[in-house]
Amino acid sequence: MNHPLTREQQFDLYYFMQLNRQLEDRMVRLFRQNKIVGGLYSSLGQEAISVGTAYALENRDWLAPMIRNIGALLVKGFKPRDIFTQHMAKYTSPTLGKDGTSHFGDLKVRHTVSPISMLGDLIPVMTGVAMAGRYLGQKIVSLTWIGDGGSSTGAFHEGLVFAAQQRAALVLILENNQWAYSTPVSRQTPVKDLAERARGYGIQSRIVDGNDVLAVYDNTKGAVEEARAGRGPVLIEVKTMRMKGHAQHDPAEYVPKEMFDYWKARDPLALYEKYLTESKIWDAKTKSEIDARIERELDVEQKFAEESPLPPPELAAQGVYCEGGCHNITADWQRPKKELTPPHCSVEAAWQVEGYGDLDKAAGDAKQAAVSATTGNGSKLSKLAGKPPVKVAARPPAKASVKTEDASPAVPRVPFGRGPKDKAFRRASQDKTGRR
Amino acid sequence: MAPVTMLEGIRQAIFEEMDRDPAVVALGEDIGVYGGAFKVTEGLLAKFGPERVIDAPIAETAIVGAACGMSYLGLRPVVEMQFIDFIACCFNQVTNFVAKSHYRWGAPVPLVLRGPSGGGVHGGPFHSANPEMYFVHTPGLKVVYPSTAHDAKGLLKSAIRDNNPVLFFEHKFLYRRIKEELPEGEFTEPLGKAAVRREGRDLTIISYAAMMYPALEAAEELAKEGIEAEVIDLRTLLPLDRETIINSVKKTNKLLIVHEDTRTGGIAGEIAALVCEGAFEDLDGPIARVTALDTPTPYSPPLEEFFLPNASKIVAAARELARY
Repeated sequence: MNHPLTREQQFDLYYFMQLNRQLEDRMVRLFRQNKIVGGLYSSLGQEAISVGTAYALENRDWLAPMIRNIGALLVKGFKPRDIFTQHMAKYTSPTLGKDGTSHFGDLKVRHTVSPISMLGDLIPVMTGVAMAGRYLGQKIVSLTWIGDGGSSTGAFHEGLVFAAQQRAALVLILENNQWAYSTPVSRQTPVKDLAERARGYGIQSRIVDGNDVLAVYDNTKGAVEEARAGRGPVLIEVKTMRMKGHAQHDPAEYVPKEMFDYWKARDPLALYEKYLTESKIWDAKTKSEIDARIERELDVEQKFAEESPLPPPELAAQGVYCEGGCHNITADWQRPKKELTPPHCSVEAAWQVEGYGDLDKAAGDAKQAAVSATTGNGSKLSKLAGKPPVKVAARPPAKASVKTEDASPAVPRVPFGRGPKDKAFRRASQDKTGRR
Repeated sequence: MAPVTMLEGIRQAIFEEMDRDPAVVALGEDIGVYGGAFKVTEGLLAKFGPERVIDAPIAETAIVGAACGMSYLGLRPVVEMQFIDFIACCFNQVTNFVAKSHYRWGAPVPLVLRGPSGGGVHGGPFHSANPEMYFVHTPGLKVVYPSTAHDAKGLLKSAIRDNNPVLFFEHKFLYRRIKEELPEGEFTEPLGKAAVRREGRDLTIISYAAMMYPALEAAEELAKEGIEAEVIDLRTLLPLDRETIINSVKKTNKLLIVHEDTRTGGIAGEIAALVCEGAFEDLDGPIARVTALDTPTPYSPPLEEFFLPNASKIVAAARELARY
């Protein structure tokens, strides 16, 4: 590991993964007792990702969970009661019952942005978080998750385009759990490793075993360091398996049984326990102490949630707008405002276009194009452009290689909206040739 | 002070607010080096630098999403849509992420989304939109649509200082066609307040944005016939200034609503319901409306002219109403 963990930290990882699993296990029971108001989405088998990635962040860093990232919220400092009450639509929940599941956040202390159900939208938002952090001099990193399914959205694409352009300190965890509701990755895209998409955005990427919490942590930590150093966004594809249906109502009968069997044998929590035991990092006593602590905590937290009231109905009408001083919006400036105030922030407004205006270089490039045309490596267009360099020297090289019109007057001009296969057009050009 | 255009009023508001508060930043397509498609942000980059004036890729969802994220850290982004028609590309970010944020989890989103809107300039179906009602129907947003240089400046300054997401529509027909002297020094106009542009006793004409001018022209025409129309400029569509509307109807007992937006689902319907709830017994005639047709905005001048309301269409409707 590039980022070694202390013994205590390794216990932490176990604690949060087990807490995540036990908490969700209790919620399944609550769901069956009709005490969960809406849907319940399981992260069974994906706990190593939520915990390992969030554990790589510092307190000042920002995250935005998806529906299966309850473990990340626990690492970030939210309490199990927050999760229980959110699912049970209680007045004591972080959103007072206005939204459910992992749809909550905290701007001031835990730096967590609430997700929405529309996939991909967090990527631009967390790009903005990273941009604002840099603007304010905070040296923060923002991290969010997306599924294999969510990586098909336009927001995913736009978000990464913008993050890359801004070199934003964004770490995106692409949680490939192989199923977008009922659709396997192979039916979504011919791309095998979704991390490959990073190349198209010009950003770094990594592929990690999502069931190995230490690998997840180590790689995320590395990515966070890269991002914080200003080297731009990092995409990490973590390969894993969704061990339940899309939500509680879905028995996932579309998943081959062998696939579940294969991944069950690779359960992230069991793998990690085995590692801790075989590496003699803990003994049976430590494990049972941690397990007992989790049980105790969850007992208290669940009781609190179950005994909490539902919200008063009139609350529905409140809080649409931020009015009357309900929030005092201030930024946490960690650099002098003066740097961003005129005249200190002024610059000359001009883009630098790479390679433009270098006449000698342009001539050289044109020669190159001519050579490649004769050796047969160039396209038809570059063959057409293979004219003496003198003629194209005054143009930027990019244009020189696609300059076709004056290079080839013999090619008839295709009228707008008509192709050479168009009968009328073919006849017209034949007529012309005939007249000549 | 020399009279300035509405475009200049908007420009001044952005410059002054960015000068006043380093938390104000600008994002958009071609707003920096180029100064914006309509040159609203010309000179902004030279004065405030690339950290505060961000030229973004053509990715409306990314731009609005990023602005939302920036606002969570206490910044006040001012986003330009190159044409307001393109707000459809980021509809989800605006209506689901931004608008619901404060209600759902108490996170205010102090951003302004502004851009050139409206027809009458032969922009065709994709450069003439009045998409305000999609957003008037979205709780959590505020929607402003000014008609004068003074209001544009004063309302935009208020919008930037507001703690809520504000959609600020700038009618491009008015950008350079109207001029007025602005007061020297600092001034703002409050959001959510309509303005009575002309007092009258016989009927009320409610409108906003570019349609204010044919509405006022129609009122002058009607005055020649002895019909005195009161003309109200809504200025803010969300929240609506219910009080000013009801008071005027109670005074004139007749109401005509004019908007450049298409007819079905336009704000006229909402105002009609509001008046029925608050002043039904004061009405002496049916609530009338003059609006654009229920079609996309057509390109060719005679088609667009037929599509849009104008002074003579307003006069005809008002005459009819006055007969009650």
